[in-house]
Amino acid sequence: MHIVSESITYIFLFIALYIEVFFLITYFEFSEKKLKENSPTSNVGQIKFPSVSIIVPVWNEETTILKTIFSLLKLNYPKENISILIVDDGSTDRTWNVIQKFSRNKQIKLLRKENGGKYTALNYALEFVDSELVGCLDADSFVHPEALKRIVAQFEDSEMMAVTPSIKIFEPKGLLGLIQKAEYMFGIFLRKVFYYLNAIYITPGPFSIFRRSVFDKIGYYRHAHNTEDMEIAMRMQKNNMKIGNVHNAFVYTIAPTNIKTLYKQRLRWVYGFLKNAIDYRDMFFKPQYGNLGMVVLPAAGFSVLSTMYFFGAMVLSWAETLTTQISKILTVGFSWQGFNFDFFYVNTDILVFVSLIAVLGTFLIIATSRGLAEEKNKFGLDSLLFIIFYTFLAPLWMSRAIYNVIFTKETKWR
Amino acid sequence: MEMSWKKYAYTFVITAVIFITAILASNYFSQKKMDEIKNIESRIAVDILASETQFSLLSELSCKEISSGLLSKELATLGDKLSYTEQNRGSDDAEVLNLKKYYSLLQIKDFILMQKIKDRCGSTQTNGGLSIMYFYSNKGDCSDCEREGFVLTKLREDYPELRVYSFDYNLDLSALQTLVSIYNIKKDLPAVLINDKIYYGFKSIDDIKNALPALKAIDAQKAKEVLLKSKQATSTKTN
Repeated sequence: MHIVSESITYIFLFIALYIEVFFLITYFEFSEKKLKENSPTSNVGQIKFPSVSIIVPVWNEETTILKTIFSLLKLNYPKENISILIVDDGSTDRTWNVIQKFSRNKQIKLLRKENGGKYTALNYALEFVDSELVGCLDADSFVHPEALKRIVAQFEDSEMMAVTPSIKIFEPKGLLGLIQKAEYMFGIFLRKVFYYLNAIYITPGPFSIFRRSVFDKIGYYRHAHNTEDMEIAMRMQKNNMKIGNVHNAFVYTIAPTNIKTLYKQRLRWVYGFLKNAIDYRDMFFKPQYGNLGMVVLPAAGFSVLSTMYFFGAMVLSWAETLTTQISKILTVGFSWQGFNFDFFYVNTDILVFVSLIAVLGTFLIIATSRGLAEEKNKFGLDSLLFIIFYTFLAPLWMSRAIYNVIFTKETKWR
Repeated sequence: MEMSWKKYAYTFVITAVIFITAILASNYFSQKKMDEIKNIESRIAVDILASETQFSLLSELSCKEISSGLLSKELATLGDKLSYTEQNRGSDDAEVLNLKKYYSLLQIKDFILMQKIKDRCGSTQTNGGLSIMYFYSNKGDCSDCEREGFVLTKLREDYPELRVYSFDYNLDLSALQTLVSIYNIKKDLPAVLINDKIYYGFKSIDDIKNALPALKAIDAQKAKEVLLKSKQATSTKTN
């Protein structure tokens, strides 16, 4: 049994390290290339401003909706080329009354329907969209004034069918806020790498912009286990549609502030990922889906599996140490002989060296992602908290999500 | 869609190189640790040989010359390091087994030497001849061995003059098997041999102190010293 678990650990570590090395190589390889391409002679000044519609689906969001809409109105983009569609998906609070403030604004269209879930609100609004580009902004998110302009520039590429932004946490507070801040920045790095690999498989709810024609070609949003933003991207990838990313098109989102709401949100995400992965299982390890099929999707699945495995192994090892210590205290009482350092007792196992290298890789990713997120320092308190606590937090929702997938229990939005 | 077979391949090579480097680094340190154990063992062997030679040279009248310094003090450190290595590398590791056999032989030699000194010069020259022989098994058939290990480690920490000789009952070593048959030790482990008497099953600190009254005498001596010191302190204060 010991040999089996040891072999699994080595294989998992090898795969984890392989993925980390692959992503880092990809990032530095392409960022070098991009640097050369973005020479001063490139045509920054000649950006066209295609018509854009932004759909804001709302459900009981009376407190944050105004800030979301104001951020859209402040976008540095020709007013005549941007329209905002607010869809009240059957709110039971004062949301509808609050948004009446914009009833006379020509840029804004207010829509109301019976509650049916986010994807129904998006599909309902899509019927009213005739612009060249269309995007969505969740009512708990705000955009950077330059975000749209930066995103639109990438549509100069006629093959580009959707472009994703970079999401940051809005005013992160407390331990959970800081952990999520670092996590989202990590996400900025990953999305950039996935873009370089042409393997983005999530077009996040906050401010991903699509060509309107995408929905004509592959159909509208689906329920997709409450993760429609992942499903639409998977469907696009399946239809060989290119998805881009602009790392400095910032969108700020309000993060869950307590463990319960964070747990619910992440449970929905992981459950949605697993269910969509099952639905699109024919894309895994298929060369016709390129890096997405061969590396990115298997890596995403592996990350869930390995997190659970390493967490389980860690808990077991701690439980064993604790049991031994308790047995010792019960047998001979508590005794502390002082700390006597001897190099002999320093763990010099292969696992220690590989883990050290993996941690160094993680530090490099953190530093790079902070650079992409335009943070001042290469490392912060949030990065430290993320490294310390994330391994303990993620298994909470991952284990439940796996349980729900096995016993087919649907997750809820809130 | 684009594929990067070349990149997949060189990522594999890089990862493999990292892994191989980790294996080499780990092996290097592991070997260093084994060398350290071997060094300690050879130092102890020299110590014992030196003591034996000195002991043979000295006549009965010269017992005063024999001090506890004769007996190697590194045995306990060696035991700790060996059991740590055994935990990490596994008890089936050939190199660990060899070191363990050698360690057991050194313990037996140390025990015999101590007995000889005790017989010829009396217990005073050997710190009261305080020794415990402990037989354990780590094959999973001795549920109390771990706890007994805690007790003996604690005693060794509290009484540095106490010599604890621990033997793996299942070790394939003829000298050890001879020792087992001389004292007629059954495989009812853990077993502790104190003053030629065998005790089977878990024995607490108090049980061992009862079996080895010299430890209680040390306790009493220590208590006396503490009392004396506190008296001296109070008299200095009153003066």
